[in-house]
Amino acid sequence: MMKFQFDSVSDFLMMAGHGPYVWACYGVGLLALGYLALTPIMARKKFLMDLQRTIKIEAQEKQRMNTAANTE
Amino acid sequence: MNWQWFYRLGSPKWFYEKTTPWMPWLAVIGVGILLLGSIWGLAFAPADFKQGNSYRIIYLHVPVSFLALAGYYVMAISGAIGLIWKMKLADMVMKSAAPVGAMLTFLALITGAIWGKPTWGTWWVWDARITSMLVLLFLYLGVMALQEAYQHQDTANKASAILALVGTVNIPIIYKSVDWWYTLHQPATLKLTSESTIHTSMLYPLLTMIVGFYVFYAWTLLQRTRTEILRREKKTKWVRALAQTE
Repeated sequence: MMKFQFDSVSDFLMMAGHGPYVWACYGVGLLALGYLALTPIMARKKFLMDLQRTIKIEAQEKQRMNTAANTE
Repeated sequence: MNWQWFYRLGSPKWFYEKTTPWMPWLAVIGVGILLLGSIWGLAFAPADFKQGNSYRIIYLHVPVSFLALAGYYVMAISGAIGLIWKMKLADMVMKSAAPVGAMLTFLALITGAIWGKPTWGTWWVWDARITSMLVLLFLYLGVMALQEAYQHQDTANKASAILALVGTVNIPIIYKSVDWWYTLHQPATLKLTSESTIHTSMLYPLLTMIVGFYVFYAWTLLQRTRTEILRREKKTKWVRALAQTE
């Protein structure tokens, strides 16, 4: 029932002249989906890194305040 | 009926934790189904007797257009819930749905244009369906712009939700455009109320792609919403704890 519809790989790529249109569509589609998939993952990573840095700075700040208070 | 889940949605933390185990599954299943559907549609579905191989663009064009419209419902309905019940999570879903919908609408227009060249002999016509889809793209972009235009997030949400709701008049126009103005775009292939005008050997890969796109959409929308939750709750203990464990 399931049959490969083309005689050869080059036939598959050419698609009887329609290849460039079909492959252009799927290429653009792949780029768009890749963008949709990757941007939130990268945004999340950046957010978590920024927050980690903020927490670290806050902790250092707190420690400095404590040592300053102890030496007085 | 048990309405507890609805009240719980008021807590972004609950939503975040609840959806965490879903994420890898949605990603794997969505990408898997899309791969399967693409290979099926590109290599194994028979060529169209009228359009030849160019019709294979349908396996991308139709699912993407479906999701561009479904995504508008998601955005408008969550905007309405945010307006009426002041639910923060709904506002975050609305904000996250806008860029995803814009990208899908853009993709629907691009694949349509590329398909138009070998089929109609032109990249672009001011056909009713195409024009109303372009309006849809501008509505999505409008919501994105309004989100950035205000200092206060609450004002931005209100303005975006109102634009999204007013824009819903465009949705039935898009659906009906191919019947009301019989110009260039072909009428719907898939119909709920009557027999579809497509053979099963072409229909099954198309349905596969539609399911794949729904799963992918759910995944990418959740991903965005979850990041948005973290952003808005960054002062809370649980987000800070999360940042330190990851």
